[in-house]
Amino acid sequence: MIEMSRISKVNNVNITNTEKITPPKDLSLRLESKKLSVMYGSSYGVKDISIPIYDKKVTALIGPSGCGKTTFLRALNRMHDLTQNARVKGSVLLNGKDIYAPKVDPVVIRRKLGMVFQKPTPFPTMSIYDNVIAGLKLVGIKNKLILDEVVEKSLRHAALWEEVKDRLKTPGGSLSGGQQQRLSIARALAVEPDVLLMDEPTSSLDPQSTTRIEELIHKLKKTVTIIIVTHNMQQAARVSDYTAFFYLGGLIEFNTTSKMFTVPDNKRTEDYLTGKFG
Amino acid sequence: MKTLKRRYLHEKIMITFIAFNTVAVLTPLIIILVYVFVQGIGAINLDFFTQELGSPSRAMTGRPTGLVHTIIGTLVVDALAILIALPFGIGAGVMLSEYPDHKLNPVMRVMNDTLNGMPAVLKGLLAWALVVKPMGGFSGLSGGVALAVVMLPIIARSTESALMNIPWSIREAGLAIGLPRWRVIASVVIPASKAGLVTGVLIAFARAVGEAAPLLFTSFGNNYKSSYLLGWTFGPVDTLPQRLYSLAISPYPEWHQLGWAAGIVLLFFVIVSFAIARIVVREKY
Repeated sequence: MIEMSRISKVNNVNITNTEKITPPKDLSLRLESKKLSVMYGSSYGVKDISIPIYDKKVTALIGPSGCGKTTFLRALNRMHDLTQNARVKGSVLLNGKDIYAPKVDPVVIRRKLGMVFQKPTPFPTMSIYDNVIAGLKLVGIKNKLILDEVVEKSLRHAALWEEVKDRLKTPGGSLSGGQQQRLSIARALAVEPDVLLMDEPTSSLDPQSTTRIEELIHKLKKTVTIIIVTHNMQQAARVSDYTAFFYLGGLIEFNTTSKMFTVPDNKRTEDYLTGKFG
Repeated sequence: MKTLKRRYLHEKIMITFIAFNTVAVLTPLIIILVYVFVQGIGAINLDFFTQELGSPSRAMTGRPTGLVHTIIGTLVVDALAILIALPFGIGAGVMLSEYPDHKLNPVMRVMNDTLNGMPAVLKGLLAWALVVKPMGGFSGLSGGVALAVVMLPIIARSTESALMNIPWSIREAGLAIGLPRWRVIASVVIPASKAGLVTGVLIAFARAVGEAAPLLFTSFGNNYKSSYLLGWTFGPVDTLPQRLYSLAISPYPEWHQLGWAAGIVLLFFVIVSFAIARIVVREKY
């Protein structure tokens, strides 16, 4: 019941919001996938996905397991470069420039598109402090004043500062699961990405930590654009402004979250959201 | 459906079985340690660590004799070996684990396993052909090269498996904050697998330290200390396993006892290096 009332609350808010900003021309486009396909060998992981990602909005990717939402997400920061038999076709425009164009350095791209994974991934041998600044320190920024500032700012951003400010030198692995996940978020934020990609960031966390991460997402969208993959439809409804529904490697529907969860355009979306399949 | 009582009985039988096996494995080790110790301890004295071996008559007439040149030689040859083997071995291991899609890897894996299975004496022959022949004489350096070839495949394999133990997601997390691949390996993956890496290197080291065969026609052996400093690397040098062998097959009882003592020192050497390495990598976190 609580879940339901929350959804309708979010929906109401969003409906009023979208009514104000409905014409997408008011929104600036941060990222855009154009006919993006990922192939594993000769089979498609996802096929011909074209969706816009609006600046400082939260876009949720939903769909049943194996539908390709994570595959799509990983294509957005060229994570598939490392997968042996994966090939990416189509294009992804970040601020209007194709990240798959020749001569584009994936390392540069990944600094602009941070990523948070399903399981928290603190670097095992590093302290909380070193974890946060790993992306800066390991590329040669050594000024302690700058680093101190970045650590505090990022941890505050990730709503972890108050809990760890007195033990920044303790290992990142000593934190609880939820804290580790927020540490991973802080680490991603430290390099000031334009976009934060979150791959089921709460699926290994308890409900309380999940709530904290969701609150965090609400705060973060003031400064960054967020794309979140989630299995949890209530979560998508709670945190996102736009939702893309994936099914069998294809995009079924892309819509504002409020519309998708109330009057979806596509019958299959409705069936999925009402639990008829998936 | 088995009764609870029966399952407990099974549990007890299994534990007894495992305990028995553990003891059975450890017993030979303890027998060796005790036997070597009892046989050799009589020859361990100050002279053993300060005097050279010299000719057999020295020992037979009761003049001071020892293996100081052998101990120094072992340190020199093993240090050279590890210096040579470490970069190549770790490098090969990193390549196998971190760049699994590289074209050379399948070939390298087969060659590495072949090298690992090759008799040690052939590695001595290789070092003889590569170093002794061109340089025109037996040398500590050639012994180091031979032992390095013994260590190399073990280090490569153990490095590979130590790095593979680190979850792939950790690497992706590193890449996702915009670190280049080599940076992720050097600053995230390798530190995280430090304990495994050191253990692997130690196993390789311990294995090579005990090898006599590859040294027979490389470092060759020597009854005396080198007369000049560089002689330890560029002249023939004595090493513990090889000296142990030649003392054991000699006809002099005094030398037999020295051989046992050499065994004690060799064991001690291996144990101490294990202990030091363990302390060095003690988990901070």
